[in-house]
Amino acid sequence: MSSPLAFVAPLILATAEEEGGHAVEHFGDGGVLAEFAWLIPVVPMVAAFAIAFFGKKSPLKGWGLAWGSMAFVAVYGVALFISNLIEGITYEGAISIGDIGTDASGHTLGLEWGWMVDGLSIMMYMVVGVVGVLVFTYAKSYMEGDIRFTWFFASFALFGGGMLVLVSAPNLIQLIVGWELVGVASYLLIGHYWEEHENSSAAIKAFLTNKVADVGLFIGAIIISLSVGSFRFTDIMEHISHGADHSTLAQYSFWAGVAIFIGAMGKSAQFPLHVWLPDAMAGPTPVSALMHAATMVTAGVYLIGRLFPFYNTPGFADDVRWIIIVIGTLTLFLTGLIALVADDIKKVLAYSTLSQLGYMMVAMGAGAYTAALFHLFTHAFFKSLLFLGAGSVIHAVHSNNMSDMGGLRKYMPQTYTTFMIGSLALAGIFPLAGFWSKDEILASIQYAGSNYTVEQGGAALANFVLVVAIAGAFVTAFYMTRAVSLTFFGKYKGHGHPHESPKMMTYPLIALAGFSVVAGWINIPGVTSFFTDGVAARFLAPGDHHATALNYGLAAVGTLAAVGGIVVGYFLWFADKDTQQERDKFRIPVLYPLLEHKYFIDDFYMDGIVRPLRGPVARAVDWFNGHVIDLVINGAGVLSVRLGKIVYWFDQRGVDGAINASAAAAGGTGGMLRLLQTGRIQQYAFLIVAGTVALVAGFIIF
Amino acid sequence: MIINQFLLLGAALFSIGVYGVLSRRNAVLVLLSVELMLAAVNINMVAFDRLNQDVMAGGQVFALFIIAVAAAEVGIGIAIVLLIFRNRRSANVDELDLMKL
Repeated sequence: MSSPLAFVAPLILATAEEEGGHAVEHFGDGGVLAEFAWLIPVVPMVAAFAIAFFGKKSPLKGWGLAWGSMAFVAVYGVALFISNLIEGITYEGAISIGDIGTDASGHTLGLEWGWMVDGLSIMMYMVVGVVGVLVFTYAKSYMEGDIRFTWFFASFALFGGGMLVLVSAPNLIQLIVGWELVGVASYLLIGHYWEEHENSSAAIKAFLTNKVADVGLFIGAIIISLSVGSFRFTDIMEHISHGADHSTLAQYSFWAGVAIFIGAMGKSAQFPLHVWLPDAMAGPTPVSALMHAATMVTAGVYLIGRLFPFYNTPGFADDVRWIIIVIGTLTLFLTGLIALVADDIKKVLAYSTLSQLGYMMVAMGAGAYTAALFHLFTHAFFKSLLFLGAGSVIHAVHSNNMSDMGGLRKYMPQTYTTFMIGSLALAGIFPLAGFWSKDEILASIQYAGSNYTVEQGGAALANFVLVVAIAGAFVTAFYMTRAVSLTFFGKYKGHGHPHESPKMMTYPLIALAGFSVVAGWINIPGVTSFFTDGVAARFLAPGDHHATALNYGLAAVGTLAAVGGIVVGYFLWFADKDTQQERDKFRIPVLYPLLEHKYFIDDFYMDGIVRPLRGPVARAVDWFNGHVIDLVINGAGVLSVRLGKIVYWFDQRGVDGAINASAAAAGGTGGMLRLLQTGRIQQYAFLIVAGTVALVAGFIIF
Repeated sequence: MIINQFLLLGAALFSIGVYGVLSRRNAVLVLLSVELMLAAVNINMVAFDRLNQDVMAGGQVFALFIIAVAAAEVGIGIAIVLLIFRNRRSANVDELDLMKL
């Protein structure tokens, strides 16, 4: 690139495969708003470092800076979102940093820092900003009095900033930078209460699980970049738009697709790499709210969405979609069941998040880009609401366990109301946000089942997945009924007197409850298509399927499943009796222990992988430490002693000798010359005369 | 004009003076010997003046200067010797090793 700051002209290559058509053919460049969108990731990052260095001296101890940066992102994100609805924006700004060599075909691989402003990233900016600012508001009150208050907000701002770096990335390298920033920040935040060993090991678990998956992302990124000859998404998309026939990428794309998906499985916590997410509850509740809603777990879905044409174009990684569907289906159903047996309210919500992430991945796999992102969008609001509500409850009763709760609706009316709205939205009850997004996912799976015949048995698989997804809706409603019943109904079983949380905590809940109600209305099939049009604004149209009319039969089945879950849950847990906790104790012989032990996956990782490796690794490290490092250190010590001796000798004999010798020489000379100075005038006079005579004689002779 | 006699006289007188300065013990006699050396120089001055037939008579003028300066010098010298004799009860040059200090 010749100029350091280049504007990449919009590249419109294909239009969406539409049924009724809202064909988006021309996009604007977003004007000044997009040009300065680089501020979105930069402001929170700067705030994070400013808080870390100067936070303690500032009047609000760093909270103000963190909140301000998130408020900025929220306002900017909403402004971009609105202008994107008026006219689709596709803009890519980039600053060239340098070249990192050439690939086999002679292309120079440029390293760039840039900012992508298109429908997909704008949607993410808004979600991160809006959810972020509400969570940060809540966190001020929640974290009040914490000994590492300032440090918490520095990490929290870094968390948001890292996610925004990831989202704004126009190339794979910057995406990986943001990806890792999010990983580091999550490590810091999950281990915030590191005084307890359990919490710090949860942080390590999250970090290492993500690292395992990151290897996949790196391999995928390397394969794609080297075969396309660029790290940029626009170049990759352009390459894909030319078709698979002459593509260098196409022949490796299956493995590249699998590798990238493994990366996404880590961040988005897909089965069987989901184990870190429930343990990540060790962090403070606002962290969980942000992590489960806007940042971190959405990154994997975002990545698949960003590379969606790669997964959706025949000849490229479209075979990987069936793997995505299978993994997503396993995640959505199996983890949802675990939520039924968890006692920790945050764990219930964590497994619920896993289940919803499964839905998103299934939708991506079924080729429904819009549906997956729409579910991400609505889920962000009601899941952050539920977590903040749970945090409010935990704040009141000082326990995470639902067995210490019960009957809280009388004490905490606002938390109860908002939590109820969040639960209904999550369960997918009409007309709340979850209903619309879940329905759209079901519709797109059905569409995949009836239309996609990419592989033998593909349609049959999709139909099976549809059944599982509907069952998942039932399970979702079921466990949320349980959580609400055990927490807010029945008799209070804890100690002390629960009280409603301060306004600074309840107002964000109310705001999020509002979003949880209305967020779905921007994409009602056949009525509104703001969201669909918004996220379709991309350099290469995603080319997904989007239903333009509500499928009443499917919507009815989905709603029935949810209502069924609530009804069954009501009969099992709701009855307001003393025995409510005992009702939770019924045990189904094989299934219950299996769920309680989380399918023994954690145990397998611990006993099957970690423990057998840990001993030998520890011994090897010990041996290395004792034999190699100590050897080097001891060797250095011995060498120092030897060297010291040489220097001592040189100092004593060499330097001191020279000094003493010059002193002795001066003394000797002085002693000899002293003899001359007798003080006798006649002797001096004799010497003068003798000298004169000698000189005269010399002149005469020579 | 024959200058040799004058120069030989000057040289003899100067040598006697040098001998006196180096060998006499008494400070007064040392000063006296210095005067002899100056007298030898004066003889040379006047002799060469006459030899060169100098219009300005520079040699004779310098001889007069030297006589005047020598008178002053002897005056100071005798005063020093007198003071040393008063302090030490001796004007013996051998014992005067004060310049060593």
